[in-house]
Order: sequence, then C-alpha cells, then structure tokens
Amino acid sequence: MVGRRGEAPLVPPYGNSDSRNKARLMSLVKIANGTVYDPTNNIDGVVQDIWIQDGKIVAPPTATDVRPDRTLDATGLVVMAGGVDMHAHIAGPKVNLARKMRPEDKRLAPPVRRTPNTRSGTTGSVPSTFATGYLYAGMGYTTVFDAAIPPLAARHAHEEFGDTPIIDKGFFLLFGNNHYVLNQIAAKEPERLKAFVGWMLQAAKSYAVKVVNPGGIEVWKHGGDNVHNLDESVEHFNVTPRQIITSLTQTAMDLGLPHPVHIHCNNLGLPGNWNTTLATMQALEGRRAHLTHIQFHSYGGGLGEQSQFCSETTKLADYVNSHPNLTVDVGQVLFGETTSMTGDGPLGYYLHKVTGRKWTNADTEMEAGCGIVPITYREKSFVHALQWAIGLEWYLLVNDPWRIAMSTDHPNGGSFLAYPEIIQLLMDRTYRQEVLKRVPPRVLECSVLKDLDREYSLYEIAIITRAAPARMLGLKHKGHLGIGADGDVAIYTPNANKLDMFALPRFVLKGGVVIVEQGEIREELFGRTLHAATSYDEGVLPDIQKWFEEYYTIQFNNYPVDEHYMTHGSTAVACSGS
Amino acid sequence: MSDAAVMESETRIVKDATCTFCGCVCDDMELTVEGHTITKAKNACVLGKAWFLNHHIEEHAVATIDGKPATLEEGVERAAQILANARYPIVYGLSDTTCEAQRVAVSIADRVGACVDTTTSVCHGPSGMAFQGVGEVTCTLGEVKNRADLVIFWGGNPAESHPRHWTRYSLMPKGLFVPNGRKGRTAVLVDVRKSKSAAAADIFWQIKPRKDFEVLWALRALVKGVEVDPAIEQETGISLAQMQDLVQRMKSCKFGIIFFGMGLSMTRGKHMNVEAALSLARDLNDYTRFYAKPVRGHGNVTGADNVVAWQTGYPFGVSLGRGYPRFNPGEFTTSDTLARGEADAAMIIASDPAGNFSQPAREHLKKIPYIALDPHESETTRGATVHFCTATYGINTPGTVYRMDDVPIPLRPAFDSPFPSDETVLRAIEKRVRELLQERITN
Repeated sequence: MVGRRGEAPLVPPYGNSDSRNKARLMSLVKIANGTVYDPTNNIDGVVQDIWIQDGKIVAPPTATDVRPDRTLDATGLVVMAGGVDMHAHIAGPKVNLARKMRPEDKRLAPPVRRTPNTRSGTTGSVPSTFATGYLYAGMGYTTVFDAAIPPLAARHAHEEFGDTPIIDKGFFLLFGNNHYVLNQIAAKEPERLKAFVGWMLQAAKSYAVKVVNPGGIEVWKHGGDNVHNLDESVEHFNVTPRQIITSLTQTAMDLGLPHPVHIHCNNLGLPGNWNTTLATMQALEGRRAHLTHIQFHSYGGGLGEQSQFCSETTKLADYVNSHPNLTVDVGQVLFGETTSMTGDGPLGYYLHKVTGRKWTNADTEMEAGCGIVPITYREKSFVHALQWAIGLEWYLLVNDPWRIAMSTDHPNGGSFLAYPEIIQLLMDRTYRQEVLKRVPPRVLECSVLKDLDREYSLYEIAIITRAAPARMLGLKHKGHLGIGADGDVAIYTPNANKLDMFALPRFVLKGGVVIVEQGEIREELFGRTLHAATSYDEGVLPDIQKWFEEYYTIQFNNYPVDEHYMTHGSTAVACSGS
Repeated sequence: MSDAAVMESETRIVKDATCTFCGCVCDDMELTVEGHTITKAKNACVLGKAWFLNHHIEEHAVATIDGKPATLEEGVERAAQILANARYPIVYGLSDTTCEAQRVAVSIADRVGACVDTTTSVCHGPSGMAFQGVGEVTCTLGEVKNRADLVIFWGGNPAESHPRHWTRYSLMPKGLFVPNGRKGRTAVLVDVRKSKSAAAADIFWQIKPRKDFEVLWALRALVKGVEVDPAIEQETGISLAQMQDLVQRMKSCKFGIIFFGMGLSMTRGKHMNVEAALSLARDLNDYTRFYAKPVRGHGNVTGADNVVAWQTGYPFGVSLGRGYPRFNPGEFTTSDTLARGEADAAMIIASDPAGNFSQPAREHLKKIPYIALDPHESETTRGATVHFCTATYGINTPGTVYRMDDVPIPLRPAFDSPFPSDETVLRAIEKRVRELLQERITN
C-alpha cells in the first residue's frame, strides 16, 4: 500500500504475518538424529543433529542442559535443505492470463480445499497463488524464482507474491528486447546501459537480468516473424542478438549481480536450433552466464523436416563440461497436459500453428512479449518423447552436478509437481529403461539415452535440487544447512520408490517453523521477497525519464515499485563490489 | 464530522494522481486540493473532472445497521454474523475499489464458502468466456500508441464513455513508429447507431442491430479467401465491397487492433460475437500483427478479474461453497444467484445491483440480509442491513488499480477521509468472521 496516511488499520495489514511469526521464530528447534545430505558443506549422509534458532541454522549448543522448544525425531529419515527452484512461472501477467484462459485445465485437476488455517485453490498446470505456495512447500521446496516478468508488470508480480504463502520468492526481469537497452547497445554506451539495468532492477525490485529470444521478440512485434541467428540485425534498432547477449552478460557482471545473466536462447523449440545454442555459448567468450531450459535448445535436424529431428545434447553438454563459466537448468518435458507460457511471443504463435490450439499473445510496450498455448506432451509422439529423452540426457551428460539445476520450466515442460518423478528417473535406471520401452522406437536411434547407465545419488539429487541452484543464484543463506543458513529444511522418509519419497516429505520447515507434516500444511506463514540490491549512476535518470515520457503510457513516477508491495518482508541480496 | 477531520484550507498540488473513473485509469492528473475539496483537475477529461471536482465528504454515519447509525465495531460485528451464519452467501461488486480491498474480499468469500462475482459478469463476462474459447492476441495500450496504424472500435462509443482513450492511447498520440500521430492512423468505427464517436472515424459502418457476429464472420471468411455471398448486405447493412475494402486494409496494415465494447459482449450472440472478433484478429496474424482488446468500463474491474483469477484460478462467477473454487457463469454469477432466489446473504462492495439488476434479482436482494460498502448512498446501500460508508479509492485512499490492459498503477490520494477504506472494513470483517468460524469448530 502506497503512502498510507491518517487512518489506523483496525487489524494488522493484510496477510502481514510478521508479528504472528515472531513468536514461533524465536523458538529453538532440534532436528535429531537425521541422515543429513548437505553438499555445500560436504556432508554426504552423515547422522547428526540440526539446530535452528530464530529462523536460522545454529551450532549445536555446547551446554548440555539446553533444551529445545521442539524436537523432531529424524531417526532413519533423510534431511536436506529446502528445495530451490531457480526457474518457474508462478506469478505475474502471463501466469494469470493462463489461469484466466484455461478453466478446463482445472476442472479435472484435484482442488486444494480450504481448512481453518489455509485458503482454497485450484491446481492443474497453472495453480492459483495460494495453491502454488502450499504445493511447493508440500514437496519440500521453500524458495522459487519466477523467470520472466515485464518491468511494467512488476507491481502485479509483487501483488501475487503477497498472496503466495510459505515460499521465499523473487523474479527475473525481461531485458533482451527492451528498447532502451537496444538503443544503448547500438549507440555503444555501456555505462548508460549499466546504469539503466541497475535502475530498472531497483525500480521493479527484481533479482536478475533475463534475456528471452534476444531481438527476436522486437522483430515479431514489428511485424516480422523472428530472428534466425545471432548475427541478423533487428530492424530499426540496428543491433544483433549477439550484441544483446554479450552486452547484457557483461552488464550483469559489471553490476556484480548475485545471479549472472539468465539466457533463453534464440530459436527455442525449432529443429536444428543446437547451432544457435552453441553459438550463444561461444559468444559469451568465458563470461559467466546461465542458459535456461537447455532441453528446448538442443535439437538437431532442419526446419520443417521432422524426419531429421534428433538430439544434439552430447555436443552441447561437452561444451558445457569444458567451460566452467556456464551453468544450465534443464526444462524437462514430462508426458501429459500442460500450458506453454513464454516471454517469447513468436514462439507462442509457432506453437499455436503447430498444435492448432487456443493462443494468447500479450505484448508489453517498450519491453517484452508473451505467448500462451495449451500443450499435451504425448508418450507416443516421436517429437515429444525425444524432448523427454533430451532432458534426461542433459542430467546424465553434464559431469558436474553443481552446474545443472532441476527444472521443468514450470509449466512449460510440465508442472513443478513432476520433480519427484524426475528424481526417480535419475536415481533408478531400471525405471528409466522401462519408460524408454514405451516411447516410439525411433527415439532410441535419435538420442543416446539408452546407453546412459548413470544413476544419481541422494547427494547429487541434493545438489541439483537445492545446493547448486542456490549457488548459481548467489544465495549464500539458501540451499544448505550450515551455520547461518535459513532454517528451511525438508525431511524425507527413505523409500526405494524415489517418487513416493520426494513427493511426500515427512516434515518441511520454513524459517525453523514446521509447516508441513506428512503432506499436510500445519501452519500458514508467508516467505520473503528476494531482490538484488543494485546501485546505479543517478546521472542517467534524466535521459531515461525523457525516453520514458515520450513512449510509455504511464507516468515515470508511477513506474517504480516501492517497499510497501512486499507485504511479507523483503531481503535485498548484496551485489559484489557494491 | 470531527473537528480534527476538518483540515486547514491550505492549497496543495498532487501530481501524477490517478483517475479511477473509467478503465482508462489515466495517471497523469494534477490535482489542486483545498481542504476537503479538489478545485482543479488538470489533464482530466469531462468525466474525470466531474469525478474529482464533485467529490465531497458527506455527512454520514460510518456505519448504519437497519438504517440506524452505528459504530464501525457494531457494523463489523453484525456483518460478520450475517456472513458466518449464511448457508449461501454471495460477495459481489469489487470493480470500484483497490486490489488490496479485493484481495480481502475474496479471502472472506473463501472463508465463508461464498460465491464471489464481480461486475465483469454483467459487462465483459462474455468476453472473458470468449477468451477461454479461443485465446486473445492483445497488448498494452502503449503498443497501440507506438505502433498502431489501423484502429477499429466495435460496439462502443469511446468519445463519450472513455474520452481520453483516443487522445492518450489509441488515435491522437505520436508514437515511436507512428510519428505523425492521428495522420498516421486509420480509424474505423462499427456500431448500430451513429454515436458521437462517428465524427472522428475515417470509416464508419452502421450495421444492423444484432448482426455483429455475421459481419465479423464474413470478414473472417474474406481474410481466409472464402467467397462471401453479396446478399450479406441485406443481412447486415454492409456491402461486400465495403468488407473487401476493410479486409484489404486489415491485411496490409502494420499493426491493427479491434477495441470492442459492450455493444459486442452484451448483445445477441454475446461471447460468440467476441469469439468472432478475437478469432478475426488472431487470423490476421498470418499477414501482419493484429490485436483485439475489450474496452473496460469501471476503474478497477480489470484488477478484480486479476485478483479473483490469481486467488481462485477463475476470473469471475466463482463458487467457494464446496470448500474449493468452481467456475460456472450463469450458475454462480450474482444476477443469477439472486434472480433464482438462491443466495441467503450478500456482501456488495462498491456496486449498485439494487439499482440496475433485473426485477427478480432486486426483489430477492430485498428479502435477504446484506452488507454494502460504498462511499455514497444508492438503492443498494439504502436497503442494506449494514451499510459502511467508506473512503473513495484514488481520492482518499492509496492502493493499486489495473488499467484495462492489465497494467497495474498506484493511487496517490488527494486528501484523507474521515471514513475508513474498503480494505480496512473488510479486514475487520475478515478477522471477526475467522473468530466466529473458529468458535464454531472448537464448540
């Protein structure tokens, strides 16, 4: 609420649970005797106690007479830090348009029923806000990032976050087709670009720089179809995707952002796009970058020739393996009904044409695009099954699990609720081979999946689902159980069936409070919003304002999002060097 | 009014204030404020001026129960009792209040298992249903300003209903790729009558009433290269040659858009009309960029759609009666739950169904206990069991509203009101409702 004056609220601000939480956070919790997997601290299945005080992990008390307020007996249970999803679509205009567009997606999906302590909601591929928080927490995930918010709609994303319980969250901001960005790159003004990006992240209270189909969306919005390679010029702006990628990557590094540039490459989903992906990796020339939903960018073959469609994961994974500046998340495809939603406008049109299903396109002035299309991934479809196989290839071909994060690009490849199934596919090669038997045989010829015997250990699963994404995001207080880390903990009952094990944690703690017991939400509290504490040269503001006032349709002063929108508290994560 | 509430009459200027009168949500108001009066509203249109300059703090009790003045606490207690004890409560209105208040209203509906519905169901509800059928190719208004060279208004009269739509967003402004403003755009108006908007259009089509679908479908056919019978003219009032001309313009423009009004969504065909318009715009993307958008009426009706959608998954007409959200327009929409005599209690927020619903719906509303939140008296507040007189959003209270293109905009109030905001009252009701429900469980 902006600048509330005068009237005194009768009750605490809406949903502001800080005061209620405080009492619970003060307590001392002991998780006793659990088998701990904490890769950040090199702990691989060691039986030990975890102590949490005031919401943070603390050292075990040295005095013997200290008695915890609550002890959770974790004997025989697996203890990990709360899961971290670094790339999902959970809030903002695109997600909400998908909710509005797809009542049919929810009608057959199990609803979330209201309880005395919790709100009701709908599920399907795009759950409502309250359901999103409960479902993530119910699966042991306590931190989630939305991957694509147009700055003009940042306020909307924050409002939805205000109604998304339990998890800590943040979002990445779309820059790759922003007119001011393109203008500065063309004018060779890196300092001004840096100031603009710093200001914009601050104005939107966002966490990182996202680049989606650099240049291609502007071409689409201008009446063209797309850009097709890194060196095609974007009409009117005279910049190339290559220049956009390298400039924004450098800018994110110069700003010292906790997370490097987050790139959705050009040509997503198109046969033969692996060339573009490799060229993008090469264009980075050693700069740190994260390439997202890499599965969708690893296709061989030629345009319009499905017969040649094949996996090129091996070549790309080799490149990633030998270039430590790169990290990826997968964007795994799972069979079933879901919703494709993307900041990549021309991709939405392409999927509409391919599937013949309803299509929403929503363009944002000066900034971004958006496409939404329902999609059903079928096990019996060669293309879909190959996409499924390529995702698994990525998990199994990247040698260093610290450089690959689990994602479905929720809901694009499938719902985040599929993570336990992915874990089973990775930990159990027999299960994997069984599924492989059901897909069209040609998939076996066009990928190397059948030859990959690797099985993930629990330790490695802990890496790709929490430790690695937290490290990639630069979140020092997330993804591990060392002293000073947030008291976000997931406790699982060991089970040969890894799907069951990870779908239904025995306990989940958020900030030291037991939130979930055996799949039931016990407490509703609200997590914080994470954003980057950028600084910028204010000297550039007059130039930004002049441009803004010429082309936008809202007032410059009404653009920035103030602290009041982060109803449940926020954490500004420091940039290096600032 | 208390002495403290009477402010010294110093003159203040509030810049970048937002007008919430219509869905244009212009946020470039410069208000001159003297005490409890706005004396100037620079940049406001005729409707906005009336909205700001005629705003007065009225002498009224903060709450009335059965027409008699009561304290806020008494009103909250009675309201909570009504809602907690109802078997089929409904929550309705919401389009003229902040998102912050809407969020609490949906929360209350969830707690008590109410049907929650907004004024969308009686304006662009069919547009929402059409969107569910075929999707929508849409954009923010700045895209129109910066790129549109063909702007079609269908079934509306923006000159009188949204006076600044043309000057600020869609026709007059100079934009990045439309440097000559109005000269760079072709304006088309399609309506069943020659409204005041017609004079501003380059092309005006007066179509026969209830023939919108037929015209739109014929245009779709022509875009697709399907032959259309010249008898279409007798059917619709528009000749085949006129249609061919417009199709040519649509296919060859660089950026076209159809802005449609309630003349499309609330006449014969309803959601089918809108589906035709959305499909036409969609099909044209095989040739160029083409968009379609409903022109929304109330200041924050778009926010209501968004809030109800993010909290429940559905945009309007949602029943929470079974403990989880279900969507069925016609079943759970308020005009229907009232007209069929189903609702046994209601909470109406910033809306006047007693003044404008059907006779059976109004009759039933009179028979049931209901709560009304409104800054002003209306048919609805006069018949309410509990009426809260609340502060006016945008003039007295801060908060967030969504423009018709889903762009969220903050409010900068001009002066304080002695009355509480909708959000404050709703929070108090929510708190008390939760206590009552908790007592019921523990007893």
